[in-house]
Amino acid sequence: MSSRRVIVGVLLAGLLVVPFVPMGGMRQYVLHVVIQIFIWSFIGGAWSLMGRFGLGSLGHGAFLGLGAYTTTLLWNFFGLTPWLGAVIAVLLTAVLAVVVAYPCSRFAVIGHYFSLVTLAVGEVVRLLIIAERDWTGGSLGLTVRPVGGDSLVAIQFADKRVFYYAGLVLWALGLWVWHRLDRSMARSAMEAIGEDETAAASVGIHVTRFKIGITVLSAVLTAIGGIAYAQYIAYVNPDTLAGIGVSLRIVFAVVLGGMYSLLGPTVGTALTIALAEVLRVVFGVSYVGMAETIYGLLLIVFIIFLPSGIYGSVRDVLRRPRTAAATATA
Amino acid sequence: MIDPIFLVEAAVNGLLLGGVLALLALGLNLIFGVIDIVWIAYVDLVMICMYAVYFLVQVYGWPIWIGSLAGVALGALLGVGVHVLIISPILGTAPMNQLLATGGLLFFLQSFATFLWTTDHRSIRITLPTIEVGGMFLSFARLIAFVVALLVTLGLYLFLRHTYVGTAIRAVSQDRDAMALMGANPRTIYVVTSAVGGALAGVAAALLIIQYSVHPFFGAAFGPLTFMICVLGGLGNMLGAFVASFIMSEVISIGGVVWSTEMGYVIAFVFFIVMIFARPGGILSRRV
Repeated sequence: MSSRRVIVGVLLAGLLVVPFVPMGGMRQYVLHVVIQIFIWSFIGGAWSLMGRFGLGSLGHGAFLGLGAYTTTLLWNFFGLTPWLGAVIAVLLTAVLAVVVAYPCSRFAVIGHYFSLVTLAVGEVVRLLIIAERDWTGGSLGLTVRPVGGDSLVAIQFADKRVFYYAGLVLWALGLWVWHRLDRSMARSAMEAIGEDETAAASVGIHVTRFKIGITVLSAVLTAIGGIAYAQYIAYVNPDTLAGIGVSLRIVFAVVLGGMYSLLGPTVGTALTIALAEVLRVVFGVSYVGMAETIYGLLLIVFIIFLPSGIYGSVRDVLRRPRTAAATATA
Repeated sequence: MIDPIFLVEAAVNGLLLGGVLALLALGLNLIFGVIDIVWIAYVDLVMICMYAVYFLVQVYGWPIWIGSLAGVALGALLGVGVHVLIISPILGTAPMNQLLATGGLLFFLQSFATFLWTTDHRSIRITLPTIEVGGMFLSFARLIAFVVALLVTLGLYLFLRHTYVGTAIRAVSQDRDAMALMGANPRTIYVVTSAVGGALAGVAAALLIIQYSVHPFFGAAFGPLTFMICVLGGLGNMLGAFVASFIMSEVISIGGVVWSTEMGYVIAFVFFIVMIFARPGGILSRRV
């Protein structure tokens, strides 16, 4: 245990000094990629809170889009600081999550049905954003109104290092929530529900309450991630923040990394973002679509050959000899 | 106030669109019913077949009906390919993985089509007359599509009902373990089902290319709709999917005329969400 603490400490210290490592002209780019990894890992972690218990949502774009667009619209049209806007956005997302989760748990909408219902929710949000184009700019997206300079009130900073540390805090917060849930009674209850709802209910687990709780938690964290991303990029677009495309990307990253482990979503997200960046750099603008083609192909290959995720598979391989030794001594 | 004639026209157009949607939903439903996997990329296979028909007819000058048949054959081939290469290695894994593998196929097909053929919208330039019925203008292409879709649906019904293979397919969808004990190999049935499902995608492609222009993101427009129709009808329930296609196409068509195209879709999706809670087993299921 103590050796693990040391490793965690060293890793954290390493992450803290990254912005000050001399990288020449590469610094801005490296920071940009790492910030994206922080934010999307956080969102992936939020998804996995539900996904690991058999609630495979394909509509997290709905929560992402609702969060990002609420704060952006409030700031652009009413000048409300994103700090307060985020509070309103989180409340709205929580309401949406209850609206989705309550009937789903009451009427036992699970498995494929749950995935497809959430997919519909994600598409509804995307289409509503496009339909209300007078406010939202439709499919062209919307730029977060700039204040021209650094401002804590508007959460706009020219220096990427600010966003780097904010992203790091956010990511660590996501891991902490995941860890807390992993150690809680709620986890056992949710696992029981994931296995067999009727059996879980028969031993006194309040199925509806737990399901709504976990959905609201996951949705709220996703919305916070969406807000963070919108503030960082300073631009919102219905196709990158809502709908089936982004929802699938989140799920991909998590499943690729492994959704049953603490660092799975982070590993998966880091790999998919790195992959996308490498392909983008290699192909540039010369072969439009080629990067995405290879991305899609690799995802299929990964899912076929590493069904329990990269991080999960590696950890299984590392753990096997140790558990074998443990059973031998026992 | 909207002129009632537009509403009637929208209703008729919705009915005609429903025929093609029914075809898509039946293909997807057949695969789901038998193999228990939702092909997220199903409508993207349709997109590929649409490109095939487009190139054969528009660029190489094949007659439209031969081009269409080639599209159907390609669809069947793609169906088998998807099953053998992607689905069959992961049959035993978590449902989420299976869903995502075909999701990866969706990314692949969309971007590969973008790479090969750019994002230009392409359509077949054949001039089909417009028929005027009591002040309404109905496209002849849609009428053909509707009739062919109904005929193919009838053909599918007869195939499932009256042939040996069709009976085997229905049997597997009822109980795959028992079916294996009866001496039929589910894996062969899976391949046949995928071929039939793919061929249906090919037929739908041939019927869609005479009404719409094709582009790499065609699947994004019809895909979510198709899944919803399947769920609305009850996954695996053929008759339910058939009825649900017409309900959804009417909602979209009439909603599109009264408000806007996007609002038509929004209303349809909200209707879908409400119906899932009202009738989780599909519109034709009995309330438990």
